[in-house]
Amino acid sequence: MSVHAPILAIGVALLGGFAAPLWAKLHKTLRDLWVLLVVGFVGVCVGYVAVHVFTTGIWVYVLGGRSPQETVASGGFPIRIMLTVDAMSAFMGVIAALLAVVAFPFALKYIAEEEGKTLSLTLGLLLLAGILGMAYTGDLFNFFVFLEVTSIAACALIGFRTWTSRAPEAAFKTMLLYSVSGLLFLLAVAFLYGEYGALNLAYISAQLSGTAVDRLSLALFLGALLMKAAAAPVHFWAPDAYGQAPAAKTLLLVVNTQVSLYGLWRVLFTLYGGILDAPVGWLVVSLGLLTMGVAAFMALVQTDLGRLVAYGAVSQIGYMLLGVGVGLVALSGRPDYGLVAMKGGIFHMLNDALTVGLLFLCVGAVEWAKGTRDLRELGGLGHGLPEVALCFLVASLALAGIPPLNGFASKILIYEGSFRLSPILTALAVLASILLLAVFARAFQGAFLGPRVEVKATVPWVFLVSMGVLVVGILVLGLVPGFFVEGLVTPAAEALWRGRALYLAAVLGG
Amino acid sequence: MTVVVRTIARVLLPISLEFGGYVIMHGHLTPGGGFQGGAVAASGLAMVVVAFGAKRLSGKKGLLSALESLGGVAFTALAFLGLGLTFFANVLAGAGGLFGNPVPYGVNPGDLNTAGTLPLMNWAVGFKVLAGLGAVVLLFALFGGEHDR
Amino acid sequence: MIGNLPFVVCMILVALGLWTLVAKRNLVKLVIGIGLIESGVNLFLVALGYVHQGIPPIYTYAPKDAPMVLPTPQALTLTSIVIGLATTALMLAFAVVIYRHKGTLDARKIRDLRG
Repeated sequence: MSVHAPILAIGVALLGGFAAPLWAKLHKTLRDLWVLLVVGFVGVCVGYVAVHVFTTGIWVYVLGGRSPQETVASGGFPIRIMLTVDAMSAFMGVIAALLAVVAFPFALKYIAEEEGKTLSLTLGLLLLAGILGMAYTGDLFNFFVFLEVTSIAACALIGFRTWTSRAPEAAFKTMLLYSVSGLLFLLAVAFLYGEYGALNLAYISAQLSGTAVDRLSLALFLGALLMKAAAAPVHFWAPDAYGQAPAAKTLLLVVNTQVSLYGLWRVLFTLYGGILDAPVGWLVVSLGLLTMGVAAFMALVQTDLGRLVAYGAVSQIGYMLLGVGVGLVALSGRPDYGLVAMKGGIFHMLNDALTVGLLFLCVGAVEWAKGTRDLRELGGLGHGLPEVALCFLVASLALAGIPPLNGFASKILIYEGSFRLSPILTALAVLASILLLAVFARAFQGAFLGPRVEVKATVPWVFLVSMGVLVVGILVLGLVPGFFVEGLVTPAAEALWRGRALYLAAVLGG
Repeated sequence: MTVVVRTIARVLLPISLEFGGYVIMHGHLTPGGGFQGGAVAASGLAMVVVAFGAKRLSGKKGLLSALESLGGVAFTALAFLGLGLTFFANVLAGAGGLFGNPVPYGVNPGDLNTAGTLPLMNWAVGFKVLAGLGAVVLLFALFGGEHDR
Repeated sequence: MIGNLPFVVCMILVALGLWTLVAKRNLVKLVIGIGLIESGVNLFLVALGYVHQGIPPIYTYAPKDAPMVLPTPQALTLTSIVIGLATTALMLAFAVVIYRHKGTLDARKIRDLRG
């Protein structure tokens, strides 16, 4: 049974999502237990896959064949849909499972029964299945299908509170953007299919030559995936979306954005790895700097705490783009600083997930306790909610990159790598960090410091446990980063940097 | 709606549901399959909603939701059936049991009893699409038109 | 060159859809714009599978030794149509909810979330 672990993670999440309304018709507690069981099982499967891939190598699983390793059919051509889990995919799966295990118990308590709890749990499980599908798949059209699954589930979660007027507006705008992004992606896949007659990522990667249609497809891929990953100048859906979704589900939305970024790396490094040239890397680097700057400046003027944290999350995407973009620019000669910058960018994905996740959980706890998120009305919550204040402080310092927290560990790698390429990049990145520190200091002061204020409801212990898990993660990753960089991040970065040949060999056979 | 429309809707509903079932059932031989047949059957449901008004059908929402979930669970469970080989493997095809006849090569008149788990998956998807599209039409009719009166 | 005409038409459809998204303000017209882009992409996918003088790829009562058009793009297009259906239904549902709150469908008047 353990040979089926990658597909079990996706399949059980799907089954769990479809079956949750049926359990809810029997009894509400059965549904809660079912959701916890499914999320736990998915976490175990993802952990098993990660351990196996990091120790043994790329795991290929063919759907619907006679055996899971039957990649190439009798004509010498891969025809079945297959999951190709290399170190980078396993890394993304670990991030998704970690945040899901933290978010679902929080959501079980946070979303009230009359607000449609069953629907939100079903949508969350479908979103998790889509994210894991996007991370594990080795087939371009399958990636598109899971991309659309996550788009629909994410937008339904964003517009979940239909009794407000802002949530449907945010959901409509986000769905418009996700639709255009998905359709551009499909157009690119259609061009490549028309040219090479295949949909398998490894097969097309082996066949690609630099024709005009290939470059057109590259442009469409870049446009579609950068739109979905909230890179400037098309980042404006993210603050609306993150701000309006229920707080626990925002964690899954953050992972959704990150896995779209993973899709971009997969397309650029593995699919187009043979024919890529430096201007694409410079485009990614400059968009990363633009995202950092724009988001940090917009965060200065926010009064809604949730929207402020959302702009902070968008600015961190800029760091990931900068780190891996430097690696893209340096891809042809492969100097050492490219790998260092890429390790920083990929490590930052994990750190950003934990940090921004913790910030959104704190915002959720504040909204639960006080009923509002407006910074002009909040204040003095540090007395009534000391644990939430501490978590918010730790997460803000981690986001700004203060040692010895995990943000510093990944940002120093990004600074080191980008400095060798051009010192201006490092200077701008450091400036953005300082600006974000100022923004979050103001937010902390506005929400938590001040004379004592009465709170409406106390924070349940489930919230504190979820937040505590993330705080422990942030501290551990900050105090002993070396172990995680060597064990988790370096294999993932190497899989993109030099691993294209291994990827092709694992699927197409020797 | 008038008596004429309602009578015709009563007559046409079983016909459209049956045609939808035919398209679903023969999905592995002729054009059609789960989604197409489900959409055809759902158009019959939409005709009933238009003819009789949404308020008369509003009690059916729970049934549609349960049917949709059952369809999804059935599809995923059928995919799990193949876990002896791989996920989604078609273990019923060519095995001689339900839908198990081997498929003849080349041009042939088309045997309904073939293709293993494919017709079963077609039914699961067909029910899910019928319930989903029916619920969408019903809910739009219930909640979309309140401002007009 | 004349053989590329179906593909050019599909790209014109996609361009029309993108222009609709940029130029129109009514929410329902934006949904129609998405539908236009979708139709263009689906048509492009189906047109990719054409084989010269091919028949539909069905073996039931097919003429002997006839070339068949590729069936894979048809499966891809079907998947895309289903996804488009779900997307359209979701966007229209949100348009209905926005109308009930605001009384208007003009995208410039619904700008609650700004800055």
